This record gives sequence, structure tokens and C-alpha cells, in this order.
Amino acid sequence: MDVFDIIGPIMIGPSSSHTAGAVKLGNVARILLGSEPAKATITLYGSFAKTGKGHGTDKALLAGICGYTMDDAGIKTVFEDCPFEYEFKYEENSDYHPNTALIELSDAEMSVKMRGASVGAGRIEVQEVDGMEVSFSGDFNTLIIFHSDRRGIIARITTWLSENGINIAFMRVFRLSKDDKAVMVIETDQKVAGYKILESFQDGLRVEYYENTHARNA
Amino acid sequence: MRTHMHETLRVMREAIAAGLSDKDARSHSGMSGGNACRMKSFIDSGSIEDNVYNRATVYALATSETNANMGKIVAAPTAGASGILPAVLIAFSELNRVDDERVVDALYLTGDIGMKIAKTASLSGAECGCQAECGSAAAMAAAGLAFLMGGTYEQSENAAALALKSLLGLVCDPVAGLVEVPCIKRNATGTSVAITSANMSMAGIESVIPFDEVLVAMKQVGRTMPEQLRETAQGGCAVTATGMRIARSLGLKQRRGDESGTFVRE
Repeated sequence: MDVFDIIGPIMIGPSSSHTAGAVKLGNVARILLGSEPAKATITLYGSFAKTGKGHGTDKALLAGICGYTMDDAGIKTVFEDCPFEYEFKYEENSDYHPNTALIELSDAEMSVKMRGASVGAGRIEVQEVDGMEVSFSGDFNTLIIFHSDRRGIIARITTWLSENGINIAFMRVFRLSKDDKAVMVIETDQKVAGYKILESFQDGLRVEYYENTHARNA
Repeated sequence: MRTHMHETLRVMREAIAAGLSDKDARSHSGMSGGNACRMKSFIDSGSIEDNVYNRATVYALATSETNANMGKIVAAPTAGASGILPAVLIAFSELNRVDDERVVDALYLTGDIGMKIAKTASLSGAECGCQAECGSAAAMAAAGLAFLMGGTYEQSENAAALALKSLLGLVCDPVAGLVEVPCIKRNATGTSVAITSANMSMAGIESVIPFDEVLVAMKQVGRTMPEQLRETAQGGCAVTATGMRIARSLGLKQRRGDESGTFVRE
């Protein structure tokens, strides 16, 4: 925590959890797709569903998917300016965290499904990606690596990071089942450049990278 | 870092200006807007004095209305309580020609006070009620103002203790769950608590309970506060006859057989 967590962030109102955090959830979903979406389907749960319209949560999520930052005045008019097709759904009763959104994005080739919660003061937790339970906050620079569960792939990737001067702050691996689809989430202390080379390490492996632009010490 | 604090101060001023730029602007819900301009006109007409109390009232209303209307603000410490701190510091610095470097120093000091509150107690309405949001903001503003008035760090902390004690137990009960009623006017009245606390501290009046212990009290009060009064829109102003009527008119209805005031979309 630093002084700008208290006197800040600079953001579009009215709510750090229902507006600023929602933008960040949209930002991460956009990164996970890795390209400009052709279509977005956004489901708001719990408190997001109940008070989301009044808090502009719907606009904030969509603006995040469009790549806006939480202090972008364009958030207010994103419904008119959004370049792709979008749809909202509302589920008031759920067992999820009260401020949860499910974001499904697709382009011509692929799709991604992300569920995350805005946990207060503009902070988020991504909880599910393509049916796999994950957990990361976007407080760090984050590599999200979609791969197949095979022996040795984790070692190859972490070796590459080490050789390129990257220290891993946190790392977790999730898989659907043995030898099946898996996702590796690596949060790093440094910015990561040239990470696309990791895609040559395994057939069908895909790497996306979320850079925490709000980290003032990075 | 210091450049970023100057930028922060600039956004605070812009948020005030935005709130005063259009007297007809209304929030999405239609519940709020226009009151900053109304208060300013009252001062401009000469009906009340243009002093730090009244100018801070206008500025707090302006920032909070900008926030409700999806404008750009600085969360200080939260978006819902973003009106108080800039209102007090900017109103005082305008009336007393304080230069920006000193206001930036004051902002750093208030950040320090806020971090102490976050560490021992909380800055979240969902966790500890509005005492954690408007209460914390008023405490930070009181500390910053004492500093601008030439006070020592001890006088600033004492001012923060006086302000926070006055707002202990304040509940978070937003109508329809939106950051508008009673939040915006609580920001306005929160400025007077901050200013009076700073003035008392500078006069040499000491808080019997020291700042650190007030924080422990705040946490304890927050812990014992029922969930209905912690940002769930299930208690206080939110479940008054008028509060419920407004919520219904916004397309929220009371869950069948649920007397707690939980709303669902129709």
C-alpha cells in the first residue's frame, strides 16, 4: 500500500468497486482474448446485477473490454462508441462474490470466457478462465499461458523466464484433468518482453500478458 | 512521485469545476445533481459569508455530484467519500493564498493518516460502515487543514482524532445501493466536522482519546455493526418509505416476503 492507494486512484465515478474495478475486469478479459473482439457477452451477478446500471458497472465492464483505462472520460458514452457487438445478462442470485461478472469474448477464430470479482477499492480477482478455476489480481505483471498438461513444459517456461532476468512473484498451474487443457498464471516482478517465443515450446500453446500499468514502482 | 501528486491535485480541482459547470446535470438515477450550483448561488447572492466552511460545502457537493454523474474524480480515500478532502484543502488554500507545493505536502500527510486508518481499522463501507469512508475522509481533511494552518504533525493527528471520534458509528445506508443518497450531502456536512476539528486542535484542544486508540474503537464499532448498515442497502435511509419508493421507481422491487429491504430487478 502506498500514498496513491489512499489519495487515489484517479477514476471515473461513482464507485471504486462497481466502476473502477469493473473497468479492470474488462481490461483483463480483453488481454485474455488477445485480439479485438467481434462480440462480447457480459453477465452481471449479485450486487453488480442489482445496482450495476446506477453505478455504470455495465458501461465500465464494456469500456474495459474496449481497452479504456479507469480514468477515461469516454466510459460514459461507450455504449455508442463500442466498435463490436455486445449483450448484457443479469443474474441476481448466485453463490459468487456479490460483485462478479462473467465475460465471454470471441473473434473470428477463437473465444475466451472469464469470470472475476471486484473485491473492493478497485482491486479485482480473476477466478475462472475457460472453465478452469484460477486466481490472480492483476496487481503484478501477469503471464497467462494456455497449454496442454505435459511433463516438462513448466520447467521450460520457468527456465526461459530465469534466463531473461524475470523473477516470479507468484505462480499457479490449473488443469481440467490429467493430460488435458491447462493454464499457467505467472505473476512477475519485472516487465516481460518477447514472451511470444514461449508459443514455440509446445503445439497450440498460447501466451497472453497483462502489464500492470498502475504499478508506480515498476 | 511528486509530479503525480500535483496531477492528483489538478484532477481534484477539475472535479470541483465539473460539478459547478452545469446546474441542470443529473445522475443516471435522477436522484442527484444541481445542489453545488444551488449552494454557490446562495453564497454569491451575499446571503451567507464566503468563508472556508461555506466554500468547502460547495466544493464537496460539486465533487460528489461529479462522481455520481460518472465524471473523473480522485478517490480520497474512496469514490463515495471523495468530496471532503479536496473541498477543505482547496477552499482553505484559495482563501489564504496557499501555494500548490504546500497543498501537495498536505496531501502526502493526509495519505499517511489514511494509511494508519487502513492499517488499524478500515476504509471500506462494506466492512466498517460510513465511518470508514466519510469518517476517514473527514479525519484526513482535518489533519491536512491543521498542517496548512501551521500545525505540527501531533496537531494534525489530534485533529484527525477529533474528527473521527465525531463520526464514529456512522452507518452506510445508500438508497437503492447507489453512491448518492445520503452520501453526497454527508460529504458536504463532513467538511464542517473536519474544519471545526482542525480549528479546535490549533486552539490547543486535545482529544482525550489518542488517535491510535480512536482507530481501535472504530474497528471495534465496525465489527459490531450489523450487516444491514454496511453498504448492503438493507437498513437506515435505504429502507425508509421514501428510500424504498425511489428504489422501486428505479426498477428494483422488494423480494417477496423479505422485510429486510433487499431489492431485485423487475
